[in-house]
Amino acid sequence: MNSSVSLTSREEIEVHRFSWPVSIGIPLVAIFLQVFLRIRLLTILDLPLLVTIFFAVARRRPIPGMITGALIGTLQDAWTGHPIGLFGIAKTIVGYLGSSIGVKLDVENPGSRFLMTFAFVLIHRFVYMAISLQLVGGSETWMWSHTLLSALVNGLAAVVLFALLDKLKLRN
Amino acid sequence: MENFFSRYKNPLALMAVLFIQVVGLATQVKRPEGARPGTTGGGTRLIRVWTVTAFTPVEKMFVSTGHFFSNGWHNYADLRGVRKQNRELQDQIERLQMEQVRLRQDADQARRLQALLDFKEKFISKTIAAQVIGTSGTEQSRLITIDKGSNDHIKIDMPVITPDGIVGKVKEVFPLSSQVLLINDHDSGAGVILESSRLQGIIKGTPLGELQINDIMSDEKVEPGERVVTSGGDRIYPKGYAVGTVISSMPDRDNDPFLAIKIKPAADLSRLEEVLVITKMAEDTQAGVGPTPMRAADILSQRLPSVPKQDPNAVKSPGGTTTGAPAATSSPTPVKANKPVGTGTEQKPGNPVPVNPSLAGPGTATPGSAANPLKPPAAGTGTPTSSAAAKKAGAETKKPPSTGTASATPSSAGGAAATATPSKPKPTPKPAPKKSPSATTNSNTPGAPESKSPDQSGTNAPTATPSATPTPTPEKPPR
Repeated sequence: MNSSVSLTSREEIEVHRFSWPVSIGIPLVAIFLQVFLRIRLLTILDLPLLVTIFFAVARRRPIPGMITGALIGTLQDAWTGHPIGLFGIAKTIVGYLGSSIGVKLDVENPGSRFLMTFAFVLIHRFVYMAISLQLVGGSETWMWSHTLLSALVNGLAAVVLFALLDKLKLRN
Repeated sequence: MENFFSRYKNPLALMAVLFIQVVGLATQVKRPEGARPGTTGGGTRLIRVWTVTAFTPVEKMFVSTGHFFSNGWHNYADLRGVRKQNRELQDQIERLQMEQVRLRQDADQARRLQALLDFKEKFISKTIAAQVIGTSGTEQSRLITIDKGSNDHIKIDMPVITPDGIVGKVKEVFPLSSQVLLINDHDSGAGVILESSRLQGIIKGTPLGELQINDIMSDEKVEPGERVVTSGGDRIYPKGYAVGTVISSMPDRDNDPFLAIKIKPAADLSRLEEVLVITKMAEDTQAGVGPTPMRAADILSQRLPSVPKQDPNAVKSPGGTTTGAPAATSSPTPVKANKPVGTGTEQKPGNPVPVNPSLAGPGTATPGSAANPLKPPAAGTGTPTSSAAAKKAGAETKKPPSTGTASATPSSAGGAAATATPSKPKPTPKPAPKKSPSATTNSNTPGAPESKSPDQSGTNAPTATPSATPTPTPEKPPR
């Protein structure tokens, strides 16, 4: 019995494998920390999003990437007062894009990781806002300064977090 | 066709996943009328319930473990210097006890006055203390999770407060936990009133997590520092609870004729540890008043100096005027059959009549006046109570009451009390009783006509009226 999840990239690209506990536990820990640790900084940080990006990029396969994003986002939605699906859809798209971009770009470099995360935070925020305003009828307002600050903080955090999570990869 | 699916497998999968989620979202948004968002749709509800229920025990374990170590450390630290602290606490207890006595008196007085003004304020009768174990984790939704749920009789829309001020209301209830929508969430709202200016408005959260009032006209003057309390109009939060203080007030550019008043919340919403969920609110207007409500006049009459009870023999009027209850005065008219006992008793000059509340005239046969026959009249209406009659026996004819309304004392419950309507100017009593020694010294005299109110039907008001009226009757008054 295979005790690990196959998170391989294309054959010609480095293959990453993650164990089951890591595949399930890391997203849950991220949601747990995000929800239960009442730290003000964590409201700017989006740990579930960072984990989504990391797994999506590491997998380099869009379908597992977006399913990971969908599951993490849906779980995160459960803790909000909003209809379930806002974060789910946003993270699905991020997961899909992350997986797609992982094939074409060097995502091991810290600089590219920062820029990639920076962009994905903006995309995530934009998709969330669009769904909230257009589909749900929410009253969100786009705040550039806050969004850019959030993207910056998450980008920096991603550099550190991804380096730590790299150690959990099972390499062939 | 097969090539198409294999070629566009990934985008199609993305579309499918997105479609499923959008449909799921639509089922929540397009819900039946009356349903609340997030609670309809069994699947949606289940996802939320499962997730929260699965995480809550883990979080409780973490929180209790943390508290165990934290409390252990604090217990050790507290033992140091506990003797000194004990002395200080003893002193503090003594001070507080003295203060408590004073506050109790103030509270009693406040309750009495509140009852007098017929305020019906909501009193909180039951609360449940809960511990905050989580948040929504995002800036888009300001919720907290507390460790009390439906097992603890928490229900949706129950207000959540702290001693500092209101926190929010229960939005979702799970078996072991509940989600509380904070007042600074942009979906939240509460009816508030500015304490000094008495302006009412609705406080709402902003996307940045601030509190703002947007529905007060810009021509109103709102000063920073003014306290904001709940108005109770939203039927969720109890009235009078602190919400916050005004930070700034400026014209709202987006909402022109209105002000944008920013409020600093009284409760520190970012550092909530323990909160109180109000599970029951009761209307209690009788609190502290006793088994029977007291009226303003009763309290005033208790506070006024009382007249010592006089010897009935000393009440005799030297001028031959009758004494005692006004209705018991010598009426020049024949006694009517329907007069109550005593009302038709013709008092001969010189016959002292002991003060008897049962003989009182209109509105005087009241429990309050009967219980305190010598109490001075309350409310300054020149109330013709029997006590007043007794007090002024013999000399009363010289000084008729200025505004006697012939109404009952305010302590009298029921119809007689309701006739205390001194709004109309009463005719000044004629000096006729003064001139005519046979005319009774009825303090009701000037007010007798006013006493003919329907409320007094069945009382002894009608009986007193003819006897108290100075108008000459067909029969010749005895000389």
